[in-house]
Amino acid sequence: MNKKIGVYICHCGGNISDYVDVEKVRKAIEGDDGVFLAKTTMFACADSSQKQMVEDITDQKLDGVVVASCSPKLHLLTFRAVAERAGLNKYNYVHANIREQVSWAHSDNKVGATEKAIKIVKATIAKVRNAEALEPVKVKSTKAVAVIGAGVAGMRAAIELAEAGAEVFLIEREFFVGGRVSQWDDLCITDETGKELITRLYNEVMKHQHVTLFTGAEIIENNGSVGNFEIKVKVTPRYFKLQCSGDELKKAIEVCPVEVPDGFNFNITKRKAIYHNYPSEYPQLPAIDMKNCTRCGKCEEVCKAIDFSQTTEYLTIKVGSILLATGFDPYEPPKGEFGYGEIDNVITLPQFKRVIHYNDDKLIWQGKEVKNIAYIYCVGSRQLNGDNKYCSRYCCTSTIHTAITAKKKYKGIHNFHFNRGIRTYGKAEVWYDESSRLGDIYLQSFEHDPPIIEHRNGQTFVKIKDLLTANKELEVAADLVVLVTGMTPRQDNSIGNLLKVPKGRDKFFNEIHMKLRPVETVIDGVTIAGASQGPKNIMESMNSALAAATKSFSLINSGELALEPTIAEVDDTACEWCGKCDEACPYSAFEKIEKDGKLIAKVIPSVCKGCGMCLPVCPTNALNLIGLTDVDVESMIDALIPNA
Amino acid sequence: MEGGKVNNSPKILVFSTEKISDPAIDMAGLLKLHYPPTVYTIPIPCSSAIKPRWILHALERGFDGVFIAADGTDCPYGESCTVKTAELMRVTQQMLKEKGIDTARLKMAAICSVCSEPFVKHVKSFAEYLSKSSN
Repeated sequence: MNKKIGVYICHCGGNISDYVDVEKVRKAIEGDDGVFLAKTTMFACADSSQKQMVEDITDQKLDGVVVASCSPKLHLLTFRAVAERAGLNKYNYVHANIREQVSWAHSDNKVGATEKAIKIVKATIAKVRNAEALEPVKVKSTKAVAVIGAGVAGMRAAIELAEAGAEVFLIEREFFVGGRVSQWDDLCITDETGKELITRLYNEVMKHQHVTLFTGAEIIENNGSVGNFEIKVKVTPRYFKLQCSGDELKKAIEVCPVEVPDGFNFNITKRKAIYHNYPSEYPQLPAIDMKNCTRCGKCEEVCKAIDFSQTTEYLTIKVGSILLATGFDPYEPPKGEFGYGEIDNVITLPQFKRVIHYNDDKLIWQGKEVKNIAYIYCVGSRQLNGDNKYCSRYCCTSTIHTAITAKKKYKGIHNFHFNRGIRTYGKAEVWYDESSRLGDIYLQSFEHDPPIIEHRNGQTFVKIKDLLTANKELEVAADLVVLVTGMTPRQDNSIGNLLKVPKGRDKFFNEIHMKLRPVETVIDGVTIAGASQGPKNIMESMNSALAAATKSFSLINSGELALEPTIAEVDDTACEWCGKCDEACPYSAFEKIEKDGKLIAKVIPSVCKGCGMCLPVCPTNALNLIGLTDVDVESMIDALIPNA
Repeated sequence: MEGGKVNNSPKILVFSTEKISDPAIDMAGLLKLHYPPTVYTIPIPCSSAIKPRWILHALERGFDGVFIAADGTDCPYGESCTVKTAELMRVTQQMLKEKGIDTARLKMAAICSVCSEPFVKHVKSFAEYLSKSSN
């Protein structure tokens, strides 16, 4: 059946018509097969033009529409909406880009631009001729969300989701909540401690009966897709009964013979196999780290709450959306970077913060009192050689804040900041001012000329050619060198691999669009929040957590989802199951089924993303993308063919 | 090449990708970086979705060259894109060889979402090569 097609060619003020003879284009296509109406318009996107199109479509009973105007990124959705308002299926609208890719690109060649515009409009008409009405893929969705990671971002998101009315499963891999923020004392600007912040969030989480918190838990399997994820959670026991007296616990920790480096303190201290990171930590029940426990049984003798009969549990949970708030790892300098791991008074910023926590009157490191502190900035960030090209955003502010804290807490501290340009952006700038007023010294160099660390005669020296004093070579005898290490993606990306969440060039989780869709991933239903997406401070993490919570909630709220129908389809007669499509598909969107006595591939509509990676690998050409079939592409090519 | 009407630059079909290279080609226009108007673009979701038969169709029906503006490592559908696009290039070139078509008439380069200048450079030098080789 022949379609009745309406074609509109836009002047875009003069943006198109100054270089493309739009009237010539109109004449060239008005006689094309199926073209019932061909008009030029000053601004196709103007309200009046849109109204006219709606009238044309309804009055003339058009069943295909083309607008040749700007890039589809700007107005494809606008004109699809026009089609819908006129009662036409939106997939019967096809867009032609004759501004960005014609009039502007060839503003030097009006004849060539006009010829190209004609071909492109003809190709678009060819495509609309084949276009079919498509209905969105509808799937039911479960009104529950799994939030992965119970740090500040995860807990904030969980509260928000629960308040909105969702069932929330908050899944934390560690035995305690709070993530990185619980490791910090005074936080910049408010001076509230990390622990206080975590306590407030934890109490709020616990108030909600619709939040279920799992600790020592991780997702080990995922089936299903947006609306209906079926995740398998492995929950490691704490080996403690719910009630545990403080005295008995103290004794149990005392008698435990196992000592391991304490990751909570970035390995500057040791802890036992029975542990909690700090006394008021949540959940308040301690845990036994079975990776290191020798099962000597000494703790059992002094503490009745210990229960070695507890076993690992596996739970299957159904959720409509998954929110990832898995945080970051601090950059770990390789041995020898600025003397790290070789000179014993070279430590990292996270370690330094823990040192300040444990020293009350005097700042002591390795038995010696510290007076002169040298901070070396941008270690592991903005790398000249190395993968971390990004700025970690939080470290300038955090370092200056920490330096001020040290100066106020201990007598006689001198801070020397070896930086590459200070980035205390926004409200944090006041701290830079204060540190300068307090007499901190700032020395600066470029990335290709970093400071040099030397250890001689039992003393550590930091040397720099200082840009701020006309490249003078300056040297500081430092009692402690603090490497200002940035944020890196979590080393363990098992959850990312499991959910197939793409990573960006910086190896953090990648959003769909940095500005327009900042918390969604190409995996429908999986949203990202906090530092799992890239370096963020607490406020920024909160913003993204709230945004991700809202986005996740919007997917599950109505109980039904409409997905894009432009996905792969299998030609059952041509398919001879060979599994190559299944291998090529990054999302496991294929299943093997039996139909009419033979095995064939079937596309799972809610999983397929419409990327098309399966198309070229099929040996019998049994696969097409709906809306981009061989007929679509080849008829477009035919219309574009030179001199045709 | 026959015809040679108003514009006798080589005719190039570009397969761009909706999220990565097509925005770069749009931006080339925005920046008024000129290239021959005989370069036509068909946007598709991902460069590893191109069927060799489409490329053959274009070359056999009158296009002088086909340029794949690939996603490279920026592909939103995952890291495997580069390997898969390279593989379909290899398969297609093999098919071109068998048909006695110059394999250099098919070209690929990764074009990131802001790689407008590299895109223009690539299509210009490709056009130059094609016009030399066809004469």
